[in-house]
Amino acid sequence: MSLLTDDQKMLQETAASFLADEGGIAKQLRHWRDIKCKDGFGHDLWKQFAELGLTGIGIPESHDGLGLGATEAALVLEEIGRNLTPSPFLTTAVAAARAITDTAHADRWFPEILSGEAVLALAVDEGPRHAPERTALEARRQGNGFVLNGAKQFVVQGGSADMIVTAARTAGSPGDRDGITLFAVPKDAPGLSVDNQALVDSSKAARLAFENVELDADAVIGEVDGGWQPLSRALAAGSAGAAAELVGVASGASDMTLDYLRQRKQFGRLIGEFQSIQHRAAHLYSEIEIARAAAFKAAQLLDAGDDKAELYVSVAKARAAEAANLAVREGVQMHGGIGMTDEHDVGLFMKREAVLGELFGDVYYHRNRVAELIGY
Amino acid sequence: MTDLETFRSDTRAWLEANCPPEMRKPIRSEADVCWGGRTWTFQSDAQRHWLEAMAARGWTVPDWPKEYGGGGLSAAEARVLKEEMQRIGARSPLTSFGISMLGPALLKFGTEEQKKHYLGQIARGEIRWCQGYSEPGAGSDLAGLQTKAEDKGDHWLVNGQKVWTSYADKADWIFCLVRTSSESKQGGISFLLFDMETPGVSTKPILLISGSSPFCETFFDDVKVPKEQIVGEVNKGWDVAKYLLGHEREMIAGMGLGTGGGSVTLGPIAKPADPLLRAEIAAFDVDALAFAAMSERFAAMWKAGEAHPASPSMMKYAGTELNKRRNELMMAAGGSDALEWDSDRSKGGATPRSWLRSKGNSIEGGTSEIQLNIVAKHILRLPGA
Repeated sequence: MSLLTDDQKMLQETAASFLADEGGIAKQLRHWRDIKCKDGFGHDLWKQFAELGLTGIGIPESHDGLGLGATEAALVLEEIGRNLTPSPFLTTAVAAARAITDTAHADRWFPEILSGEAVLALAVDEGPRHAPERTALEARRQGNGFVLNGAKQFVVQGGSADMIVTAARTAGSPGDRDGITLFAVPKDAPGLSVDNQALVDSSKAARLAFENVELDADAVIGEVDGGWQPLSRALAAGSAGAAAELVGVASGASDMTLDYLRQRKQFGRLIGEFQSIQHRAAHLYSEIEIARAAAFKAAQLLDAGDDKAELYVSVAKARAAEAANLAVREGVQMHGGIGMTDEHDVGLFMKREAVLGELFGDVYYHRNRVAELIGY
Repeated sequence: MTDLETFRSDTRAWLEANCPPEMRKPIRSEADVCWGGRTWTFQSDAQRHWLEAMAARGWTVPDWPKEYGGGGLSAAEARVLKEEMQRIGARSPLTSFGISMLGPALLKFGTEEQKKHYLGQIARGEIRWCQGYSEPGAGSDLAGLQTKAEDKGDHWLVNGQKVWTSYADKADWIFCLVRTSSESKQGGISFLLFDMETPGVSTKPILLISGSSPFCETFFDDVKVPKEQIVGEVNKGWDVAKYLLGHEREMIAGMGLGTGGGSVTLGPIAKPADPLLRAEIAAFDVDALAFAAMSERFAAMWKAGEAHPASPSMMKYAGTELNKRRNELMMAAGGSDALEWDSDRSKGGATPRSWLRSKGNSIEGGTSEIQLNIVAKHILRLPGA
């Protein structure tokens, strides 16, 4: 595995200082939460992402983007995770942008993503558990276009999105990969109702109801019945990105906890002196390092177009979610009573992990994918 | 073609011409491993030829300097050689504690004479080394060792006992930690080298729960060691020992990847019918593949000098715990088949013997608990650790 190039190190440093300065918990997450912002993130910050070029991280240079890959996105997402920065970066710049790359929708949406004006969302899940093959939302042919009927849930930032990349079924039955078609659904499409809800981590996700939503044929992203290809590309980019963000969440929670272990005294000693605590902290360190390696391996394989990329994306998502889950549980436990209070930040990491762990498939979904891909 | 591409095609052609077909078959058991040494009996002509051909190029130790019997390869060239060997499934021509442990320590701490004398012997597989570290009273607390070396003017006089000495009964020489001063615990240790045929040295194999005896008790009774056979300064042997333990941990951590070049995952081997067992194996496979990524990253960082000096402890901890889990799952997947101890059907109880042997992985070379202490102290900088 190659280490980071000088350019990648520079990007990492830029992202780290930008997100520590502008994306910190008090300035962003708590602020938008406490004023009950309907979007759950700040548009000014999203504009700052744009000024740094980050909204176009994966947009090809031919479309004036940075033309970078999953590895660079991972570097930014790790810093987003560390700071719990609420932003549309993962859904818009990483996942949805990937879905429309090399399609007719790129010209329409890339300029507004680049300028930080547009937010895009991805509508895949139809039940409480991620199962993209089981897409059932019906898209029936009508005249020159389609009529959509059905429901979606866990559409992250669906309430703020200008366009929602929606997976629908045009042929076959739930469980078939063939027969899925991706549509670009504008936010104001007649018949679309958006129920925007706050999640446990104060981010926003929508439940969508499609009632005879009529779309032109040019709303199709990619090929009719061949939506699995752009969808799986977007989901792979999203899963690898979520894995990197989870590594950041794990690191942020762990750093905060280690600081506490070096300060808090009980029985006249720093609690970090107790071996029962030290061993758990050292084990956690090992788990996070392994998760980070897996996340970067997945990103590098995606960028190389390697056959093993799909396997490693699932390894990374499962492993990063496990490591982050351990980090936040140990974080709250080792902080003791103060860790249970809203005033302390460590609990915010626990909330974020719950959402990111579920997004694009939880630990069990990805373990199962690994088993299937290996062949048992 | 770049220089590296030329090197790759030359290497590929040379390996094709010189690696015997028998040496391209997976290692099936301990008997297939070539350890070398004064009394080594080659398993086959192919094993002998393979060692001699590789040693002649310095490729048993590709990245050591040429003047000490190495191949003088750059890190990139050594990686290409490794990849090309893996491509044809070539076995390692020589496995030795001289290569994995003593050699790196001599390269760092040895005198010019010592390097010239010992490193070439190691590279050619002429001398088989063993490691005299642990003692009955000094296991995890290694620096508490009591084997004494008295300065007798023209020689050291060594008395005491070592334990868990790997293959001491088969080794030609020993690198050994001895106490040369009682004034300071870590600052009273020296690092000696001596011949196992020296009068006063005796060994006694220890039978393990796995049925094998890879370790010995080693006794020293008035053993005379020439004065110059010390590595580093008197009472500074702990520095050498710690450096060498880093290499040992790196090696043991590699075991998490499984043995014999097989797949890192259990999946295709185990074919679980039980859905709950399948779930356990899938969880293991995720961890095994993630650890494989960590091993690659660690190796790259170590070579680039970007790894924390204590990171082999993390690798050793994670790799050995993973290997124990792997063996537990192999037992579960095997059911009652995996209980047979001698039968041909079970290849002489390969699964249960491997399972029992794996329990030592997280004890030898520093227990998991010691590795966690090291991570807590040196990487996490926790207080009082």
